[in-house]
Amino acid sequence: MPAVISIQDLVKDYKVGEIPVHVLKGISFEIERGDFVSIMGPSGSGKSTLMNILGCLDKPTSGVYKLDDVSVGGLNRDQLAEIRNRKIGFVFQQFNLLARTSAVENVELPLMYTDVSSQDRHDRAMKALHAVGLEGREEHQPSQLSGGQQQRVAIARSMVNDPHIILADEPTGALDSRTSIEVMAIFQKLNRKDGITMIVVTHDPDVAAYANRSLHFKDGKLQLDERIEHPSDAQKDLQMLPPEEPEEVAA
Amino acid sequence: MKKIVSSIRIALRALKVNRMRSALTMLGIIIGVAAVIAMVAVGSGATARIQDQIQSIGSNLIIVLPGSISSNGVRLGSGAVVTLSEDDAKAIATECPSVASVAPTVRGGVQVVYGNNNWATTAQGVTPDYMTIRDSTMMLGQFFTDQDVDSAAKVAVLGQTVARNLFGDSDPTSQAIIIKNVPFTVAGVLTPKGQSPSGQDQDDVILLPISTAKQKVLGANKANAKAVGSLMVQAISPQAMDSALQEIEALLRERHRILPGLDADFTIRNLTEVFAAQETSARVMSILLGAIASVSLIVGGIGIMNIMLVSVTERTREIGLRLAVGAKTRDILSQFLVEAVTLSLLGGFIGILVGLASSYLISYFAQWSTVVSPMSIALAFVFSALVGVFFGYYPARKAAYFDPIEALRYE
Repeated sequence: MPAVISIQDLVKDYKVGEIPVHVLKGISFEIERGDFVSIMGPSGSGKSTLMNILGCLDKPTSGVYKLDDVSVGGLNRDQLAEIRNRKIGFVFQQFNLLARTSAVENVELPLMYTDVSSQDRHDRAMKALHAVGLEGREEHQPSQLSGGQQQRVAIARSMVNDPHIILADEPTGALDSRTSIEVMAIFQKLNRKDGITMIVVTHDPDVAAYANRSLHFKDGKLQLDERIEHPSDAQKDLQMLPPEEPEEVAA
Repeated sequence: MKKIVSSIRIALRALKVNRMRSALTMLGIIIGVAAVIAMVAVGSGATARIQDQIQSIGSNLIIVLPGSISSNGVRLGSGAVVTLSEDDAKAIATECPSVASVAPTVRGGVQVVYGNNNWATTAQGVTPDYMTIRDSTMMLGQFFTDQDVDSAAKVAVLGQTVARNLFGDSDPTSQAIIIKNVPFTVAGVLTPKGQSPSGQDQDDVILLPISTAKQKVLGANKANAKAVGSLMVQAISPQAMDSALQEIEALLRERHRILPGLDADFTIRNLTEVFAAQETSARVMSILLGAIASVSLIVGGIGIMNIMLVSVTERTREIGLRLAVGAKTRDILSQFLVEAVTLSLLGGFIGILVGLASSYLISYFAQWSTVVSPMSIALAFVFSALVGVFFGYYPARKAAYFDPIEALRYE
């Protein structure tokens, strides 16, 4: 498998006042296309910073980041936006849905910045919502959806533009354990069926257990790179749980 | 085009979320645009009224008045000695190429009697040329002819004010009136002209053939039977006014044998010029009113900037999200710019309606004439759009250059 992400000697410094803070201190790794990788580490380990760089939201101080063999370092603001738009899907801990906007319009958002016609946009957003099991909730607004449903809208949004990679930053951080497994089941489906490369930042070992590979960071360095031979199957785990209670709808 | 339509839809939805706030912000623009339209309407109404008055005294009008003369070192007041004559009038008409026609006039106060009614007014002895020079027309009956002047016929033409005071609503034509014990037949009534630019009632007048006026009513000058009170001269065109003035001056100095360097015994006044100055001042007034009103439009624009800044700050996370999913700088810029312009254009549109309504109300209640020009509407609309772009640009630019990471993390 060719590497979709290739990182070499990645360094990121922040200036706090006059003192430079070294957040990432020379990191190198590759991620193959179609892999499912978890990024773990305590807070302050630099995993969020790495995530921002992987997501083309931030640029490294030095080192090389190649996404699909394109070095990202030399790109300007709008070129980075274009890469995010075409190749990357984001899932956030706090969902980040637009309030007072229907689920389907939330999902359409990345396509607003493409040439896709409004009819196509709508069709693709509906398809994505159905893929995450939200039939019948297309016109609901975020305030009318439960946390798990909101996160599923966010996942639909992340996959609507057929990205190569989905980056999820603590996607289960605001969810209970059952909905966490549901979310991971969707991720595994996207990874296995659609071949999307998944990268999930988490500090929860149970969540990391669904990945094929786990990268552990500490103090701005890659400490452990382990391959998980037999990742858990979220779909099976769900079936083993006691029957589902009626889903709670947030007020 | 499709993109603009969808941007406007998004903007309208964003504005709908904060209805009250959007409405109050728009109010600034509404008041600004309405004020500009109403004030310019009042100003152009005043200008138009002065133009009408200038039209009413006659176009390209020059008046020659008898001037002061010195007699053995004693200077006498203007008009104290009559120095103009009917022959002067004829000479100007025939010898000055820039002059279209000349009407000699005499005038004096008279008491007019009809039946039980009487009325004090000004009698003017004129020739039929008076009508063309003053741009006058008849409302009823006919004006007297050159034959009437030659034969000193006892016919009179009444101004509207005189006709109303003597005859009320009945038709005065062919009725007999008495002026200074002389019976006259009313030949007709002039079309009303209203006030002159200097505020005189131009309809409070009675016109007689100049010959009749001198012989029967006002009394002829014993020394010079041909003396007249003043000459009304019409130049052939507005451009010929200056040359007409010079020609008349030169001709009269020659005819009156006034040596170069001495004061003339007559005064020539370009009436149009006098009143054009008033028109200019009215126009300056309307520009001033418009300028003051546009200050409120600018204040409204600052209101838009303020609200857009608040809105950008409130929606920091939304902006961060849009940037993260691939919005380019210009996408965010145009989103907020369209929002600001939508706000100001909507305000501008409502402001135009309010402005039209208030200029109508001003003319209705204050009895001022107002003229709403399409130009001022177009200008107000364009100006409000520009206000939106100008005051919306800074907040939109601020949003467009947010750092997506910071913006996503914003609480």
